[in-house]
Order: sequence, then C-alpha cells, then structure tokens
Amino acid sequence: MGKLSVNLCGIELDNPIIPASGVFGYGREFAALYDLDILGSFSFKGTTLHPREGNPTPRIAECPAGMLNAVGLQNPGVAAVIARELPEIAKIFHKPVMANVSGFSLEEYAETCAALDAQDQVGWLEVNISCPNVHQGGMSFGTEPESAAAVVKAVKAVAKKPVLVKLTPNVTDIAAVAKAAEDAGADGLSLINTVLAMRIDPRTRRPVLANGTGGLSGPAVLPIAVRMVYQVYEAVSIPIVGMGGVSCARDVIELMLAGATAVEVGAANLTDPFVCPKIIKELPKIMEEYRIESLAEIIGGAH
Amino acid sequence: MEQLRLVIAENSALTPWVYRLVLEGERKETLRPGQFVELALPGRFLRRPISLCDWDANHLTLIYKVVGQGTDQLSRMRPGHSLDVLAGLGNGYDTACTGAHPLLVGGGVGIPPLYGLCKQLISENKEVTVILGFNTKDEIFYVNEFEALGARLRLTTADGSAGQKGFVTDALAGIEASHLCACGPMPMLRALNRATDLPGQFSLEERMGCGFGACMGCSIPTREGQKRVCKDGPVFRREVLLWEN
Repeated sequence: MGKLSVNLCGIELDNPIIPASGVFGYGREFAALYDLDILGSFSFKGTTLHPREGNPTPRIAECPAGMLNAVGLQNPGVAAVIARELPEIAKIFHKPVMANVSGFSLEEYAETCAALDAQDQVGWLEVNISCPNVHQGGMSFGTEPESAAAVVKAVKAVAKKPVLVKLTPNVTDIAAVAKAAEDAGADGLSLINTVLAMRIDPRTRRPVLANGTGGLSGPAVLPIAVRMVYQVYEAVSIPIVGMGGVSCARDVIELMLAGATAVEVGAANLTDPFVCPKIIKELPKIMEEYRIESLAEIIGGAH
Repeated sequence: MEQLRLVIAENSALTPWVYRLVLEGERKETLRPGQFVELALPGRFLRRPISLCDWDANHLTLIYKVVGQGTDQLSRMRPGHSLDVLAGLGNGYDTACTGAHPLLVGGGVGIPPLYGLCKQLISENKEVTVILGFNTKDEIFYVNEFEALGARLRLTTADGSAGQKGFVTDALAGIEASHLCACGPMPMLRALNRATDLPGQFSLEERMGCGFGACMGCSIPTREGQKRVCKDGPVFRREVLLWEN
C-alpha cells in the first residue's frame, strides 16, 4: 500500500484523485493529453436511462473564482453508454471506473444502475440525487431525507457494486439527508454537487443561462464543501468522497482532514486540463510539508 | 491541442474596440485556419476562446473585440507579458472541398479566421473572393490585408459610410463561386443561408466551458444530433446545421 493510496468501499485506489462527473466526458479528451492510469479513478458523464439532449445554450457563465453550468445531463442513454462508451474507456483506462447515474423516477434509477452494475469495469455506482439543472427528478430526490432514502433502497435492491450517493448542498441540513442515505443502505456518499446560482446580463436584463439558474462550481465553493464534508463525517460512518472547488494538492488535504476518503476534482479540469496530474505530483511534496506519512491516516483528522 | 506559454509581442487597437494580439513562442503542433485558442487571464476563472487569424513558426496572431471584462483586461495587457494558451482547438475549415473559386464571407469580429483561411486557399492556387461586412467605416479593419493576399474583395457597411451600403448578402450578386466559407453573427449566417445555394462551411460561436470537448457546455442540436461547438466545430457543414432554429 503506497502512501497516497486509500480504500474506497473495498476498492484500493492508488491515490485519492478522481475527476468528477460532467467535466471529464468519457475520458477521451484527457487521454490525448496524459495517461489516465495515473488517476485513482474517474467518474464518467452522468448517465440516464434514456438519451438526453440537455439544455439550450448558453449553458455556461462565469463568476469570480468559479463558473455556472446548466448542461442538463446531456448523455446518449445507458444502452449507448454500455455499447459505445465503456468499450472506448476500456482502451484508455485500466482501473475500476465510477459510473455516475441520474434518474427521473425510482424505476429509472434502478434500471440504469442495474445495467451499469453488470459491467465489469464499473467499480462504483455514483447515484446523483442532486443535479440542479433538470426540471423534474434530479435534485428534488436529494433535498428530502425520505426521497433520498427511497432512491438508495431502489438502487441497493439491484446493485452488487458499492453505491455512493451524490448529495446536493442546496439543503438546510445535509447531515440529515446523509444519515437517511446511510440508513437506507448507501455504501458511501459523495459531496458536494454544485450550488444553485444565477447571473444576469445587465445588457439584456435577463439571466445569462438559457436555463435561468445553473450550478456554481470552482474555488468559490471549496469552503462550502469543506464545511459540509465535515458535518456529514460527524453524522455517518460510511466513506465520503469530497468535492467542490478543488484545484491543488492543499485543497485535497483540507477535504480529507474534513472527512473525505477520496477527492473528486471538477471545474478545475476545464481551465487546466493537466490539473489532476499536477495534483498527484504535488501531493507527496505537500505531505512532506505537513508531515503526513500516509494519506489514509489523515481522513477526518480535523475532528 | 497543446498548452503553451507565449509572450505578447504586440497588442494594438485596430479600431476603438478591436485589437490585434501577436503572441510569440515555440509550439509543436500544426494549426488549421478556423481553429481557435483559449487564453487564461489573471483573475478570470474561465479561459477566453479567440479565433486564430494568422500564424507562422513561432507567432500566433489573434484579433479580438472588447465585449466584456475579460477582453477589456486583455486589451490593457502590454507587450512582454506572457499568457497561458491552449492552442490548436476546434476542427477548422476543410480546404480540400472548396473547389477552385471559394467565396469567403465575414461579418465584424467573425472576419479574423477568414484571413488565415484566405491565405491558405490562395497558397493552394485558388481564386478567392471575399465579402467583408461592417456596421460603419470606423469599425473597418483588415481590408488592406485581404487585398494584399490577392483576394478579390467586396466591402459592405450597414450605413453606407464605406463600400456598398447594406449587408453582406447585398454583395452576393454576380459572384460565381464553387463554395462558401462564412463566419460572423448568427443573423448574418442565417441570411447567407437564405440568400445562396452554395455548398458551404459555417463557423459558429458559443459560450464555452473547457474549449476542448469535455464539458458539453457548448453543445447545440444539429441534424446529426448534439454537437460540441468547441470540438466537433466550430466549423460545420451547411447541411448539418438546423437553420430553422
């Protein structure tokens, strides 16, 4: 076991760095730039039962220290992901990959998860009950403990692989939703998804995004992520994948001290396509600076 | 695509709002007309996509319009500063299918990528006609540069203060062309689509997240499904686009 390695729900990761769903596609664009096998894993583009075209453009807006997106879960649907994308991923990534799943009903979640669960290369299901950019389903499942638990039960009934539940920060009490997910059988949690936000163009006097609202990500949300991972760590005993505004090795250490076992990197991949290899290279130096022998030992170290 | 550190050799105003930025430094990959770069600006989270106007072995020439805070900041950066650049983005124009008499039509800040295209087409011994459209004479740039390349040029201004009065579509009469390459605002592209039957390639603009195909931030519906303007485009064949939108 290397000093960067961590164990996420029974699967050993060489390091805790996982590009987040939605910023990494199916890995192709990044595989042209570096060897994806240096990553802990990656979470591929959110998958739904049926194909989705996503929202109209503009889907992207900027803000100080971050960005808003309202892509709206554009994806070719689970059948095409399994037929076309997973075989392509197998050529460029040789470790268990994380399958991110969204749905609009309990049945859709279960059917999509069952299909992906049966794929050998899938290591974990990351069940997104927190997308802010779709008008039914999506985030609405993640804002109440009861509906979150219902999704987890539906998915756990069909899945053999570890189920991570991706939580929204757009709630009053994230610990309550986290606890409900754990009680319903979740094997782990991932947080935070993006923060519901809006920008308005003074020239047109209308929202910049065609969808009106979008999800805020980037360094602006890191302190929110740290706070929520810290709160959830106190409330549950299952592993947490922390994310939100991570852009350097120091941010990784901070989220792990808050309670994260692994760390997803999102928006930073869009502005610096080499950010993940840079973080992985920086980690040993930062560990030396803070006298950390192995990353696994600092998980939850701030409590 | 490659990530480069390039030094500003020139950053000068061509009109009150349009600037020419020349970046200097080494790079490896070959570039194509119609591609774009993404510039990282200090303090701005997202990169700025800017189309490639011209290039040689160790220079990139970009022409950009000041439209917001990022481009305003860029316009105030002086020679000697260096910029983090992602270069070689997008597909670019396909020059193999243009025939012997390509027609290039550009409007406003859509004109710069057509300069590099014009240069390449002329180097392929093609007879190039160019229509450049501006709002008014104070906004005109690069007309002399296109003429110096040896292109046949037609100039229009919406207010008639220079060249032919009207829009680029008003200058189409009498032109015998084999192919159309266009870049400009969407209303201009739509008007061109209505005004001519030529086979063509149209370069689109969209707000982007990454600029290299990862985030789906700039996806648009087409006749061949959702396409990423940054990676599958920005240049699309005419018959692929959904013109009724």
